[in-house]
Amino acid sequence: MIDFLNLEPVRILLYLVAICAFVGANAAYLVLAERKGAGRIQRRPGPNEAGPAGILQPLADGIKLLAKQVMVPPGTDALLFRAAPLMVMAPPLMCLATIPFGDSIVAVNLNIGLLFVFSFGSINVMALMLGGWASRNKYAIISAARVVSQSVAYEIPMLLVVITMLMVTGTLDLSEVVKQQAGWFWHWNLFKVWVNPLMPVTFVIFFTCMLAETNRAPFDMAEAESELVAGAFTEYGGMGFGVFFMAEYANIVVGCCLATILFLGGWQSPIGALSGGLWGPVWFLGKMYALIFTVIWIRWTFPRTQFYSLLNLSWKILIPVSLGTLLLTGAMMKLMPFVFPSLH
Amino acid sequence: MKPFPFADYLVFAIFAVAVGLTVGGALIAALSTRIIRGVSGLMISCVGLAGLYYFLNSPFLALMEILIYVGAVCVTIVFGVMLSEPDEPAGEEKRRHARLWSGGALAVSALVFAGVAWLSLHGPWTAPAKLVSDGSVRAVGLSLLTTYSLPFELISAVLLVAILGALVIARSGRTKE
Repeated sequence: MIDFLNLEPVRILLYLVAICAFVGANAAYLVLAERKGAGRIQRRPGPNEAGPAGILQPLADGIKLLAKQVMVPPGTDALLFRAAPLMVMAPPLMCLATIPFGDSIVAVNLNIGLLFVFSFGSINVMALMLGGWASRNKYAIISAARVVSQSVAYEIPMLLVVITMLMVTGTLDLSEVVKQQAGWFWHWNLFKVWVNPLMPVTFVIFFTCMLAETNRAPFDMAEAESELVAGAFTEYGGMGFGVFFMAEYANIVVGCCLATILFLGGWQSPIGALSGGLWGPVWFLGKMYALIFTVIWIRWTFPRTQFYSLLNLSWKILIPVSLGTLLLTGAMMKLMPFVFPSLH
Repeated sequence: MKPFPFADYLVFAIFAVAVGLTVGGALIAALSTRIIRGVSGLMISCVGLAGLYYFLNSPFLALMEILIYVGAVCVTIVFGVMLSEPDEPAGEEKRRHARLWSGGALAVSALVFAGVAWLSLHGPWTAPAKLVSDGSVRAVGLSLLTTYSLPFELISAVLLVAILGALVIARSGRTKE
């Protein structure tokens, strides 16, 4: 039995099943967390009818969405309309395959894992656009056009920040990035100010871009409810809409995983002790959920920005600052090679 | 660890999927009458191509193919389509002698195909290198900055000119009244 489980294809299959389950459970319960958080911030109880404190609410929502008829409105491009939810759901599942959740808990440890996550993450835009376009709905098309300009604008500072991190870590291997941050919490890349004094700024840029790339408020231009009904998802009902919703949360999970790995030390313990074995995933998930909580908190605290100020923020502030950090890191690597472990 | 019994078949199946995606996507791109479906076909073809790159020991190139061609080029094309084309299937051919034109096109493409086929069958092929490099980021970076540094720099010059050109075109429409 153990022999059979050790076979590479079987192992990968098991990991894939686990990843699908993880994404599904996360999507369901993050919706509940979001609604509870929104309730908390708006001084109301949030969902509290289904089960104790509303913990069965996701189940009820799921059954409701599954029971609804999947409609393809007349005049839409039926094939693309049906394909778009699949295309939006598949990339985050692919990305999670390379995320190291613990010391040896990773489906496929690629030596170019970081690039893998970004290349599959970039399919998301295409899927949202096709969904919006295939709907043949004015709101959906406006939303699709917004998605593109937004994601193009925010992909640039995000990639610049990631290049900065690459120069610091010297590797694209996510497990290796985590291993470099062993020890106390000041060894995390976030606090490595002696490597680059602007490291915390880098993290803020990354987090902001992550919010924008996953279309979260205050940057949720793709489905600005009060302006565009539901944006690219206007014509979707039932599980079609449900899949888009799940994909949004799956993308948040991937983004927070990446932020945890790049800046917060991944599965490393913050206090130097209590690491290894099962502590790895505990620390990892703890950090990841703290970031996800921040995402929810930001959504219900900040109002939606206007579209031009959204673009201005990226092109006039984030890109110049991230270019600055890139240049500064390069200069520091040249002037003070002794602080960079990757150069030796 | 003993090898998986059907490993060869699995690898072959994945390779077949990659080839199928490339060819199928290309066919969709060429045959579809709706331009947006054509772009989707192009996207599928690029994903298949990325799989083929992976089989050629270049995982870096495979991921770049997806990042650039699916994530940027196809998105830009769709964006351009959205700004210009109403999403209608192409109507009946209006041009006179449409059959004559398509016959001519068919003859030309058959000729080109025959020529390329003849060349590929009779041309002197260099023996395929076993493994030029390990295809890693390091190897690609080294060759970009040593052997191929001139093309690399020229590409950056081309991109700079493209950006400047886009700025010039966009600026002229934005003069203050």
